[in-house]
Amino acid sequence: MKRLAVLVAIFAGLGLLPLLVGSDFWLNAIMLALFSALIGQAWNIAGGYAGQFSFGHALFFGIGAYAVAVLQVDLGINPWLGMLVGGALGAGAGAALGWLTFRYGLRGSYFALVTLAFAEVFRILANSTPFTGAGEGILIKLNPHPAMLQFKALSGYYWLLLALTFACFLSVWWLERSRLGAQMLAVRDNEDAAAAVGVDAFAVKLKAMALSGLFMGLAGVFYTQRYLYLDPGLAFGPTQSVEALLVAIVGGIGTLFGPLLGAFALHLLGEAAQTALGDVPGANMVIYGTVLVVMVLFLPRGLASLGKAGLGKAGGRRQGLRRRKRRAKDA
Amino acid sequence: MPDMTILWPAILNGVTTGALYALIALGLTLIYGVLHIINFAHGALLMVGLYAVYFLWRFLGLDPYVSLLIVPPLMFALGYGLQRGLITRAGHGRDENILLVTLGLSIILENLALMAFSSDTQTVDTAYGFSTLDVLGAFVPVPKVVAFGGAVATALALWAFMARTDLGRAIRAVAKEKKGAQLVGIDVNHVYAMSFGIGIGVLGIAACLLMPSYYVNPSVGHGFVLIAFTIVVLGGMGSFVGALIGGVIIGVVEALGGLFLGASLGQIGIFAIFILILLFRPQGLLGRLQ
Repeated sequence: MKRLAVLVAIFAGLGLLPLLVGSDFWLNAIMLALFSALIGQAWNIAGGYAGQFSFGHALFFGIGAYAVAVLQVDLGINPWLGMLVGGALGAGAGAALGWLTFRYGLRGSYFALVTLAFAEVFRILANSTPFTGAGEGILIKLNPHPAMLQFKALSGYYWLLLALTFACFLSVWWLERSRLGAQMLAVRDNEDAAAAVGVDAFAVKLKAMALSGLFMGLAGVFYTQRYLYLDPGLAFGPTQSVEALLVAIVGGIGTLFGPLLGAFALHLLGEAAQTALGDVPGANMVIYGTVLVVMVLFLPRGLASLGKAGLGKAGGRRQGLRRRKRRAKDA
Repeated sequence: MPDMTILWPAILNGVTTGALYALIALGLTLIYGVLHIINFAHGALLMVGLYAVYFLWRFLGLDPYVSLLIVPPLMFALGYGLQRGLITRAGHGRDENILLVTLGLSIILENLALMAFSSDTQTVDTAYGFSTLDVLGAFVPVPKVVAFGGAVATALALWAFMARTDLGRAIRAVAKEKKGAQLVGIDVNHVYAMSFGIGIGVLGIAACLLMPSYYVNPSVGHGFVLIAFTIVVLGGMGSFVGALIGGVIIGVVEALGGLFLGASLGQIGIFAIFILILLFRPQGLLGRLQ
């Protein structure tokens, strides 16, 4: 319950920000970090809790983003309904991809590669079909009205994003206390052992992918409505895939607050670098790549493992156990 | 069915391109076969090799084929150092960590290139760049013929090296049974680094052969990375012969896909093969050669 209180307090505090922060520049900067936290947490459900490392989460993001855009532009369907469809399609795509890959026992690196390939296939498809606007992309008519899921003031988008992010974090909070969450951890740590004690590993991984795809799809819907433009590279390109896993890894995979921590740490670093270096193309990504390498080298459990909170200790203990296990195996 | 005057050049083009793909995949499959890691930075390291060839030509006037004497050894050293200094340290006993580190490495290399050289596409001008050779009625650019010959020669040399030399035998021993190899006195860490170095050195050869008929920009590796993975998976992870056959298949599929579906959608054939093979036959066409 204490963790829920902390979570609610953080998001309540974030919710008040638009009333306190006068400048759109800072509000936008915080929004970018919140968006990263959302996709990082979505990735974290499959990657951190269920142990399925995906390199192609842009697949679900793009499907959600295109769903709301195509429904609106080609069929004239209200984007609020489009948001539901986008989320559902993201979840469906997650389950479908899981069903395809897990049925054949693809694990670890193979799984990462197949997700990457699927995102790439969808990028090419979106590039070649007329109803997605092909390479030119798809443009949504400006109509700033809450009924059209468009807002005059930046704060409207901010609260929408905050609500989605809060829903995602709340789900993970629930997951940590639920039977499904415990089963996911068991599958992550030792799939064969979990199966041996009666966990349906296939179903558990499928559910993890569906939940992960749901929030990734919703993030896609938000992106479309916020920028009112989409093209195949934005939707299915590697940027979102990399950012999602980077945020989770920097913050601490398999932890509730990790993605939030990672998102704000990364964006702070990015802002600082931009101030120091100016607008050099690529500089941001060099820093992100370096952070990724350094984190994997020296702090594979993420920033959250530094904390003295109960969570950090649990992470450390788990790692110590694994190290001992490995030593026993090597001996 | 279009007649052979269109089909034959496309197939020939596919085979020559495929041989280069195979060469790039060869390094990847060697690294996988021995170290059991997937080197995600393979494309970015190819980009580094291509830039090396380009700058040697631009500032020293060296022909890309002369660079064969310089770039592959440098790439080998880079690979050896990366494996010993970075990749072994990052594993922490999990494959995913290595995947992440090589992903990070590729992001760093690509964007450093973007910062230093801008995103402009660069090419080298050679006297033979546009000359062609008549192969049974189809005209093939000379650099592609050379690349095809070079790729086959490299594959043969690599095979002979693995079969006949002490180091080659040590590499195969480590690939098969790490602890046993250690017990008979093989320095496993050295063999790992040598394998990685050779894999990257082969990339250096590929860069020299590729540059006269291709171009370089910071994201040039992207296109190759998934193709190389597809070939490795298609041929069977760790299989040399599989990589060669897989490379030619992928080259031809790409050429024919481009002919029938257009350049953009044509690529889908490659990924369709990739996904189908991963799903239905993850051990690849030829299994594993060890």
